[in-house]
Amino acid sequence: MSDAIPLTFEPAAPARLRAVVREIEYEFIRLVRTRAFSLSVIGFPLVFFLLFGLRAHDAETTRYLIAGYGCFGLGSACLFGIGLGIAMERAQGWLELKWASPMPRLAYLAAKMVSSAAFALIVTALLIGLGVTLGGVTVTLSQGLRLMALMLVGSVPFTALGLLIALWVPPTSGPGIINLIYIPLSFASGFWMPLRLLPHWLQAIAPALPTYHLAQLALAVFGFAPRAGALTHWLVLAGFTLLMFAAAWITFVRREHQA
Amino acid sequence: MPALADAARIDPASSRDPELIASLRAVSKRYGPHTALDGFSMALRRGEVVALLGPNGAGKTTAVKLLLGLLRPASGSVRVLGRDPRSSAARAAIGAMLQVARVPDMLTVREQIELFRSYYPRPLPTPEVLRLAAVGAIEHQRFGTLSGGQRQRALFALAICGDPALVCLDEPTVGLDVHSRRQVWEQVSALAAAGKAVLLTTHYLEEADALAHRIVLINEGRLVRAGTPAQIKQGVAGRRIRCRTQLTPQALRALPSVTAAEADQERVVIFTHDPEAVLRRMLTEDAGLSDLEVTTASLDEAFLALTTA
Repeated sequence: MSDAIPLTFEPAAPARLRAVVREIEYEFIRLVRTRAFSLSVIGFPLVFFLLFGLRAHDAETTRYLIAGYGCFGLGSACLFGIGLGIAMERAQGWLELKWASPMPRLAYLAAKMVSSAAFALIVTALLIGLGVTLGGVTVTLSQGLRLMALMLVGSVPFTALGLLIALWVPPTSGPGIINLIYIPLSFASGFWMPLRLLPHWLQAIAPALPTYHLAQLALAVFGFAPRAGALTHWLVLAGFTLLMFAAAWITFVRREHQA
Repeated sequence: MPALADAARIDPASSRDPELIASLRAVSKRYGPHTALDGFSMALRRGEVVALLGPNGAGKTTAVKLLLGLLRPASGSVRVLGRDPRSSAARAAIGAMLQVARVPDMLTVREQIELFRSYYPRPLPTPEVLRLAAVGAIEHQRFGTLSGGQRQRALFALAICGDPALVCLDEPTVGLDVHSRRQVWEQVSALAAAGKAVLLTTHYLEEADALAHRIVLINEGRLVRAGTPAQIKQGVAGRRIRCRTQLTPQALRALPSVTAAEADQERVVIFTHDPEAVLRRMLTEDAGLSDLEVTTASLDEAFLALTTA
């Protein structure tokens, strides 16, 4: 063991970057090994897709559900991976141990966000693969890439929501509360079926939901939603993200102050 | 008195002490109406194991969390290597072992060590961490499969992997069997021998006695006494006076040579080195004093009296 006491030390940028990369790497490994997470986040959209998305001579439904279930996978990856993940580490005292270490603060959040986004990409890639092979639909390279890019960017607003959930939801009831929020949200945003098939009152409130705007962007990739409204959807998602981050930040700072 | 001697040593002037690694100076911390620390001071130097000893709820964990920068003091100052422990430079010089209810199950001991090493500017090589914490045999096991003793050793590995100048261990041996406890003791001694400052909280006098160069006794957020294990033991041992009296424990504690005094049902129990002098005063002030009994106090008894008063 060296006797040197680092009296003055500002961690160099490469060292910080190494910590961020390690944090992301191990968070992803941890999520993959946590079967309750990896199997349900990847499994649910795939099973639903096999059941409802692969009806013969109905390429419309197949393509609709690639986009819809892709969004659904993204949301569950972020809300369970980030929301529940942080809530549990906080309750167990593990977050405190990491916080006492010199871990770059941003590394922790970045790791959660990137890992969840990676799961969303896996889900979307698998959905496209199944749709093309078993469903026989055509998905152009450009459509596939646009959908994947959307999932990547779409992980940001969900990360913000997940962070707020992590700060407020007690971890023991976490899964229940997250489902209670997320299942109705998915349904009312048209992840599972076109909005025109839903009750009128639901159609009326859908535009108030951030998930609706994400779904519209995803559906527009396959021409199920007008591309003209894209700017509005992006603005709403950006506004929602800022709102969630601000609420999480205020909560966090207030608690730091009490500490 | 050892407590005063220690307080004098951590006078602000001692901030120029090159051996000083960390200090708490007149720190107070409250949680709502509950006072966790009340004007508490202590210092840690290179190569020294300091045991923070006290019953549950005495303020030990609060003191550790202040040093780790997890809490901020309501008043007073906390310094690690002359800096605010919340600064990233100070954090890079601190390793911690906290009471963690659960560790993420799915990573192996080695993976978790690699992760924590990446946080520090100059970490120890992984093989050395494995050796120092005696976790070489379990490096490829996931945290979820470890026994209590193995888990504490793995957490110890995370505390030392960054080669920090200050290592804070919050109740490192709680719930461990005798063998595992001895193992932790050896590791802690090795750390101090390597020049680290080690702060260890415990509620076992035996542990503090076996390990620490200095013991800081704490109760209800206040410094009760500080000194070497020998001084502490000498200070708390002595004679025990038990009797019925009108005098309050509070008044009795103010008498010279009384180390502790407390009510015990109908009677009062007093610990002192000089029972004759104390009794002379008591008999003068309370003519009705009765049921008198003077015995030799055991160490544990005296310690208990000090920290439950």
